[in-house]
Amino acid sequence: MTAPVPGALLTAENLRKTYGPTVALDGAGLSLHPGEIVAVMGPSGSGKSTLLHCLAGIVTPDSGSITYDGHELTAMSDSRRSALRRSEFGFVFQFGQLVPELTCVENVALPLRLNGTPRKEAERTALAWMERLEVADLRGKRPGEVSGGQGQRVAVARALVTGPRVLFADEPTGALDSLNGERVMELLTEAARSSNAAVVLVTHEARVAAYSDREIVVRDGKSRDMERAV
Amino acid sequence: MSIGHTLLGLLESGPRHGYDLKRVFDEKFGHDRPLHYGQVYSTMSRLLKNGLVVVDGIEAGDGPERKRYAITEAGITDVERWLTTPEKPEPYLQSTLYTKVVLALLTHRNAADVLDIQRAEHLRSMRILTDRKRKGDLADQLICDHALFHLEADLRWLELTAARLDRLREAVTR
Ligand SMILES: Nc1ncnc2c1ncn2[C@@H]1O[C@H](COP(=O)(O)OP(=O)(O)OP(=O)(O)O)[C@@H](O)[C@H]1O
Ligand SMILES: [Mg+2]
Repeated sequence: MTAPVPGALLTAENLRKTYGPTVALDGAGLSLHPGEIVAVMGPSGSGKSTLLHCLAGIVTPDSGSITYDGHELTAMSDSRRSALRRSEFGFVFQFGQLVPELTCVENVALPLRLNGTPRKEAERTALAWMERLEVADLRGKRPGEVSGGQGQRVAVARALVTGPRVLFADEPTGALDSLNGERVMELLTEAARSSNAAVVLVTHEARVAAYSDREIVVRDGKSRDMERAV
Repeated sequence: MSIGHTLLGLLESGPRHGYDLKRVFDEKFGHDRPLHYGQVYSTMSRLLKNGLVVVDGIEAGDGPERKRYAITEAGITDVERWLTTPEKPEPYLQSTLYTKVVLALLTHRNAADVLDIQRAEHLRSMRILTDRKRKGDLADQLICDHALFHLEADLRWLELTAARLDRLREAVTR
C-alpha cells in the first residue's frame, strides 16, 4: 500500500480491474497535484487507458480506492459521479470526439450548453478558447472539414471550456505527425498551465511525455512512479 | 563535428581574424560548448600547414588572435568534399547501456531497475530540451530536435529491452 500523498487533488491506490480472464489493472495507482502534468507511459495493452478511465470515474475498478478532492469516487452514486465529471473534468481522446453535425464553435460550446449556459455566452467563451488554441478561424467549419491537428486543437478547446480542474488526455497526438503533434502538445500544456488545470496525459511517445512534469510507467497493470524509482 | 571544416567554411565569405572566427563559431554552432582560443589556434595552424588557409594580414598588438586568415582554393575544395561526403551512421553497437544491462543480469542484480533509472534520466533530459525548444528560435528548435530524436531512439531501445529481459537473462546466464 502506498501512503496517501499530502496535497494531492486526485489519488488512486491499489486499483485492480479485470475483464473476464484479462487482468487490466493489478495494483496500479497515481497521485496528481493541482496544476500538475503527469504522463502515463507504458507498452500497448499495459493498462494505461483503463487507469485513466478509472481515475476519471468512467470505469469502476473491482477494488482499490480513488480519492478526488477528499471524496471517494468509488463510493459515489453514478449520477453524482457523472455530475463531477461534467463540472470538474475535461477529456481529449485520440480521435472521434467532435460531433460531426455541429460546427467547430458549436462543438467547443457544447459542454457549456449542456450545463445550461445561454447560447451567445457559451459561444463567446468557446471562441476565446479557440483563439488560445489558434483555431478561431475554423469556427464555422464542421469537423469533417478540418485537418486532424486542427480537430485535436478544437477538441482541447472543448475539453477546457468549462474550466476543469483535471484534463484527461488519452493519446491526444496519437493520430498526428510529429510536427502537428508537438504543436498540439505545446498549446495543450500552455492552455492547461494558464488555467491551472492538472493533466493526466496517456502516451507511449517519449517526445510527447517530455511536455509533462513527471511520469509514471504502467507495465502489466502495475504502475511505477519514476520519480520515486530513482 | 569537424571544427577545422567549420572554421574553413566560415572563411569562405571573406578573411577573418582568429577572435572573429571564434565569435562567429560560438554564435552559430557553439550553443553549449564555446571554443577555447587554444582550439582556434591549433586548428588554424594545422590548416595553415596543410595549405588550406593563408595569413592575410596581422593586426597591431600581440597574441595569435590578431592574425587574419583567408581560405585558399584547396581549402574551398576541402569544405566542398566534407559537405558532400556522408557521415558514417553510428550504430552504437555494444553501448554502455547494453553492457550495464548484461552485467546486471550476470551478477543477479535488478536489470529492470537499471533500465528504469536510465529511462527516467533520459526523459529528464528530454524535458529540459523540450522546454528550451519551446523558448528558443528556429536554430534552437532544430538542434534540440536532433538531440530529442536520438534520446527517443535510446528510450525505445530501453523499453524494448525491458520487455525482453526474461529472454535476455536466459540467453546470457546459460
Ligand atoms: N472494455 C474492455 N473489455 C475487455 N477487455 C478490455 C477492455 N478494456 C481493456 N481491456 C483489456 O485490458 C488490457 C489493458 O487495456 P488498456 O486499454 O488499458 O491498455 P493500454 O495501455 O491503454 O493500451 P494501448 O496503448 O494499446 O492503448 C488489455 O489487455 C485490453 O485488451
Ligand atoms: Mg490505450
